[in-house]
Amino acid sequence: METLDLSVIDWSRAQFALTAMDHWIFVPLTLSLGFIMAIMETIYYRTGKAEWKTMTKFWMRLFATNFALGVAGGLILEFQFGTNWSNYSWLVGDIFGAPLAIEGIMAFFLESTFFVVMFFGWNKVGKRFHLAATWLTWFGATLSALWILVANAWMQYPTGTAFNVDTVRSEMTDFWAVLFSPMAMSKFFHTVTSSWIVGSAFVIGVCAWYLLKKRNIEFAHKSIKIAAVFGLAGILLAMFTGDSSAYQVAQKQPMKLAAMEGLYNGHNGEGLVAVGILNPSKKVYNDSTDAFLFKITIPKTLSYLSYRDFNAFVPGVKDILDGGYLETKADGQAVKPITTDEKIVFGQMAQSALQNFKKAQRDKNDSLMTVNKAVFAATSPYYGYGFVKDKKQLIPNVALTFYSFRFMIIFGGFFLLYFIFLLIIRRKIENMKWLQYIAMWSIPLAYLTSFSGWIVAEVGRQPWAIQDLLPTFAAVSKVPVGSIQTTFAIFVVIFIILFIAMVGVMTNEIRKGPEHIK
Amino acid sequence: MDYAFFQEYWWFLVSLLGALLVFLFFVQGGQSLLYTIGKTEEERTMLVNSLGRKWEYTFTTLVTFGGGFFASFPLFYSTSFGGAYWPWMLILLCFVMQAVSYELRQKKGNFLGHTTYEVFLVLNGFIGLLLFGTAVGTFFTGSEFLVNKENITQLSMPVISTWQNPWHGLEAAFSIRNLLLGLAIFFLARVLGSLYFINNIHNTNINNRSRKQVLINAIPFLVTFLTFFIWTLCAKGFAVKPETGEVYMQAGKYFFNFIQMPVVGIMMLLGVVSLLYGIGVGVFSSKSTKGIWFAGLGTVLAVLSLLLILGYNNTSFYPSVSDLQSSLTIRNSSSSLFTLKAMSIVSLFIPFVLAYIFYAWYLMDKKKIDNKEMQNENNAQY
Repeated sequence: METLDLSVIDWSRAQFALTAMDHWIFVPLTLSLGFIMAIMETIYYRTGKAEWKTMTKFWMRLFATNFALGVAGGLILEFQFGTNWSNYSWLVGDIFGAPLAIEGIMAFFLESTFFVVMFFGWNKVGKRFHLAATWLTWFGATLSALWILVANAWMQYPTGTAFNVDTVRSEMTDFWAVLFSPMAMSKFFHTVTSSWIVGSAFVIGVCAWYLLKKRNIEFAHKSIKIAAVFGLAGILLAMFTGDSSAYQVAQKQPMKLAAMEGLYNGHNGEGLVAVGILNPSKKVYNDSTDAFLFKITIPKTLSYLSYRDFNAFVPGVKDILDGGYLETKADGQAVKPITTDEKIVFGQMAQSALQNFKKAQRDKNDSLMTVNKAVFAATSPYYGYGFVKDKKQLIPNVALTFYSFRFMIIFGGFFLLYFIFLLIIRRKIENMKWLQYIAMWSIPLAYLTSFSGWIVAEVGRQPWAIQDLLPTFAAVSKVPVGSIQTTFAIFVVIFIILFIAMVGVMTNEIRKGPEHIK
Repeated sequence: MDYAFFQEYWWFLVSLLGALLVFLFFVQGGQSLLYTIGKTEEERTMLVNSLGRKWEYTFTTLVTFGGGFFASFPLFYSTSFGGAYWPWMLILLCFVMQAVSYELRQKKGNFLGHTTYEVFLVLNGFIGLLLFGTAVGTFFTGSEFLVNKENITQLSMPVISTWQNPWHGLEAAFSIRNLLLGLAIFFLARVLGSLYFINNIHNTNINNRSRKQVLINAIPFLVTFLTFFIWTLCAKGFAVKPETGEVYMQAGKYFFNFIQMPVVGIMMLLGVVSLLYGIGVGVFSSKSTKGIWFAGLGTVLAVLSLLLILGYNNTSFYPSVSDLQSSLTIRNSSSSLFTLKAMSIVSLFIPFVLAYIFYAWYLMDKKKIDNKEMQNENNAQY
């Protein structure tokens, strides 16, 4: 019997992680710097002062370099669903493909058309049209984020869909449910607003360098002011949307939440771990070893954040896998959730019902078709569990998820204080060398914070490609592992080269400074 | 409007995107001529900046073509990309290197140096197009794959589409007919690129060299394309029995498709005539710069008709020579009726998108690129 080389899955995942991470180097800056530029140009449009035009043009140059590299990586991501996740493309393409196509039609053309007008059209189109082009470039980028995040949210919470036994795939049944799923909305707003922090930190960091070098002082102060206000708006909104994102995770992906908190044995009135060190000697989810070497918790907070009830029960990894607890539903009812063992049995039943249905279809045996279709319909919500050989496979990487989540929260808190502080001290930053250094280091820090959020979202989703429907194992293409290793290596080399080039070009533009802009 | 209507509607849209993409390959064709037409640094800068204001259209059309195919015919996405891994990956790499080269070419601190990025642009023009055309050739000649949806219930090997040739797609280049299409698209893009330069740049040297290149590339284009076309019309095609969905070989299938769908046949003829007229304007007129529009319209019409005869009239658009019954048709590979309907509503945005693209293009190209404009660093960003 033909078998699938398991290392294909690991390498396909590695390649996807690599290309997604590379793409994410560029996206947050596009989403945020686009807005900052548009604000600056709006001020120019209103006041007619040339300094604002120079300022807009300066940031636009950095935007352009970042944009080109982001576009390049995005292409690989899109086609990779086909090249490396061939089964995924068929099994969920009916739902997942739609937002990708809509993204192309509605967002990418808007972005690319008006990018050209914005970048080259200063002397070719009117002032008002140019301003519109700048806003439309930003709007197009944000709209594209909406569609791709709708697609991603659907992977976390597959709603508006049903499995069709005739075509052997999941099919869309409710477009609006997919678009406006609470997971999609919180993911979109959280991702976009948290990206604003990155752009703000970037602008402030660059300006801090000018202040340190005692040049372009006025330019720096004006840019910092806009960026700090924008950054503060970003972090406040990101906190708000982060809370609703976490709430959605608690409702739809309890295992991810357990991993985020390093929670193995849940309790009523569970506390949120503020800081903690996981115990590396905890090897098995149901052993008696304490999960933490050290932790400080904020009492009852996790229960509240997850279920809006200070005494709610938050299930841990062991509870989810072994069952035996009562789950509080949104309407306040306590129900005993189905155990993982039961889900696996149902999943296997769904698998064999599908197999028998197809056989009956070939044999033209109507009664067997009806019976198996009914069995499948009853068990299909657990279809994906039929692939699970050992329930331990259902635990994501707890340490990576836990620490990434802490990193995001702690440095999210830092950025809140940072932007407030900048707005309080205003021009005094000019004389605070230490703050200028912090501002410069805040650039990589903002990126890392943004990355850590994605690590929580995507590592915490494992082993599922589509939560509960499709594990990564059943989603891949059958490509020789050597081919994937080769393309992985090629991508690593290209991404490193391009990253060096981008940093080189941007650093050079920054050194030349706005005085160079004509 | 039933399921079949929406399947046909989406095949039309995907074909239209494909046709527009081939027209927009004038960017790649132009890139491949960078050193042939641009003899001095200043001339090359004019060429790169002229193309640099258009490359994103090609790129975005490629992305949307991919997204549209994914949404409407996901089994193609799954089978072709996941099977013919290497050509698609190489095509992607070519386009990735292109996307960054415009931006990085002129910039200080770009790590690899000015010439390297120019070479990337040239390579994208050569390899990218050749591979793309060769890959599209397999739509007519077939590939080696199996599709078995029941594999999903096999826990040890759940992959539905499996490629049967260990070269994973590179074997397409061993077929002369595929290569002919690859070469035809490559030379066509060079013709279009030259016509675009004539239209977009005010410079006597560039203009003269471009007109020469139209002729030099039109000849091999016509030879390769006509050979491919006549061969395809005479060859056996992958036909489908509408009642059972069974795929079988039929002599002259593509020829009969043109006869049985006269509108498509006429469109093909008009396309060829318009393309030839555009080429003629480029070669023989010393003044007119409008050749690109005739040739562009002709390209869109001709490619659209070629793609339509692949999907319509009970034909398999992505045939398998390993197992005829694994071949993909617009019936067996499409999305559900619900998704196609939802996407069709979104497709109503397309005329609006085209309108603002035309408007922006018109505004940006009102004044042609010349030496004076390139002397200002702010205009010659690329």
